[in-house]
Amino acid sequence: MMTQDEIKEYILSIAPTVSFDETGEWLNIIADATQLKPLMTALRTGKIQMDYLFCLTCVDVKTHLTMVYHLSATTHRQSMVIKANVSREQPSIETLCDIWRTAEFLEREVFEMFGVIFLNHPDLRRLILEDDFKGFPLLKDFEDPINMIKL
Amino acid sequence: MYNQTEILKDTSELGAEGELVINMGPQHPATHGVLHLVVTLNGETIKKIEPHLGYIHRSIEKMCESLTYRQFIYVTSRMDYLSSHINNLGCALLVEKGMQIEVPDRAKVIRVILSELTRIASHELWLGAMAMDLGAFTPFFYAFREREMITEIMEDTCGARLTMNYIVPGGLMYDLHPDFQKKVKAFVKQFKAKVTEYEDLVTNNIIFQSRTKGVGILSAEDAISFGCTGPVARASGVSCDIRKIYPYEVYDKVSFNEILDTAGDSFARYMVRVKEMNESIHIIEQLIDNIPDGDFVGKTKNVLKLPKGEFYTRVETARGEFGVFVVSEGGTTPHRIKFRSPGFSNLSALNHMAVGSKIGDLMATMGTLDLVIPDIDR
Repeated sequence: MMTQDEIKEYILSIAPTVSFDETGEWLNIIADATQLKPLMTALRTGKIQMDYLFCLTCVDVKTHLTMVYHLSATTHRQSMVIKANVSREQPSIETLCDIWRTAEFLEREVFEMFGVIFLNHPDLRRLILEDDFKGFPLLKDFEDPINMIKL
Repeated sequence: MYNQTEILKDTSELGAEGELVINMGPQHPATHGVLHLVVTLNGETIKKIEPHLGYIHRSIEKMCESLTYRQFIYVTSRMDYLSSHINNLGCALLVEKGMQIEVPDRAKVIRVILSELTRIASHELWLGAMAMDLGAFTPFFYAFREREMITEIMEDTCGARLTMNYIVPGGLMYDLHPDFQKKVKAFVKQFKAKVTEYEDLVTNNIIFQSRTKGVGILSAEDAISFGCTGPVARASGVSCDIRKIYPYEVYDKVSFNEILDTAGDSFARYMVRVKEMNESIHIIEQLIDNIPDGDFVGKTKNVLKLPKGEFYTRVETARGEFGVFVVSEGGTTPHRIKFRSPGFSNLSALNHMAVGSKIGDLMATMGTLDLVIPDIDR
């Protein structure tokens, strides 16, 4: 079990350029998209041992997209949130399939809903939507002429 | 890359030599819903399973972005319809956490009793349906006999048998039905007398045992890596009961055991669920005579506005960890909402568990995963 400050110190030793946000329930780590893979590998295999990726999603904040990864550990039960911004025009980020196998399906879902390309993903296809579906439904500017939900 | 319609049209060209691609579903009696599995076989041995989802996708996450914090709770009943009360609870807890709403003790206790009744009802349906998948038809009627008592209790108190919608942010929609305690006690008595019948009929059945023991093995490391939760992970020895790790409501005040097994096979998953029903009965027994008097709903504003920020809550449904992640901009509707559904992660382990086994064993593996398709598709 590490304290918050020890965790921050440890993460800074792996990735010196990350920034932190402690306003929420858990420690938020904002990393650069290019740094994500080495940081995540270190979090999984290093001394923190975050072995449980319980939520992987994306948020459209209009100027850019934010990938949000919720990590926890089955040994010491500490949770943390890793965020990485990707551009809206050409969103792409490294896959985490080889670190946590649950990421394979979750990334496929984010791919079809937000259009984020996961580099080196073994099987990046649509999972839920039809194959000929146009557009990315969870983006804020998505308009569906037939079934649009508006209140 | 190929598309679904191509598979449906012509499967013969896709497989390598000696391989056969068959479509299981979307209408298949053992998938209990519209799950479409494309199974690649070599003889009878499974080479690969690819789930094709989306037949019941309603884009609940997008829908919730245009619903207020009072309204979005009711949509979540339609996700995991067998644990709808617990889904509602997870969403209500999120709003209460974000707005710091005090919930009266009476509401907390009633919520927990109903959650446990929901869990038993879900496991009962699973037990009957799973035994039916494996060719035993009778357990279905035995299980539904007890489940019917729960749905009647739900109907009296919540007004609905399946999609309860009984929880509002701050408490409950209305007070308990006057017969609630009497009926729950009658149910507990009946369940305790009849649970041995399941043991005689299913657990000790040699055919059932030989079809499930050693089938669909999932190791503890893989269960964690695939994000499996609930009875699926607990049967592999992973301690993951949210009620124990992050207690919510009154779970820290009642005594119950987290059921763990180490075998990780289909029989272990079966045993974990049967034992969990007994633990749920134990929780109900502790609470049913101790429902505090007082208000059933706390004071809330008419219009709920979550402060700007990010919120996450998790609850233990009958299938595992259900998480709600909300990004709020400070308005009356969520900016982004994500439901972490337990079935989705559990399904992702199916390919790993079934590869190398025979197609007949797939029924046992899939049955004990307890997949609810609307929960996966959302």
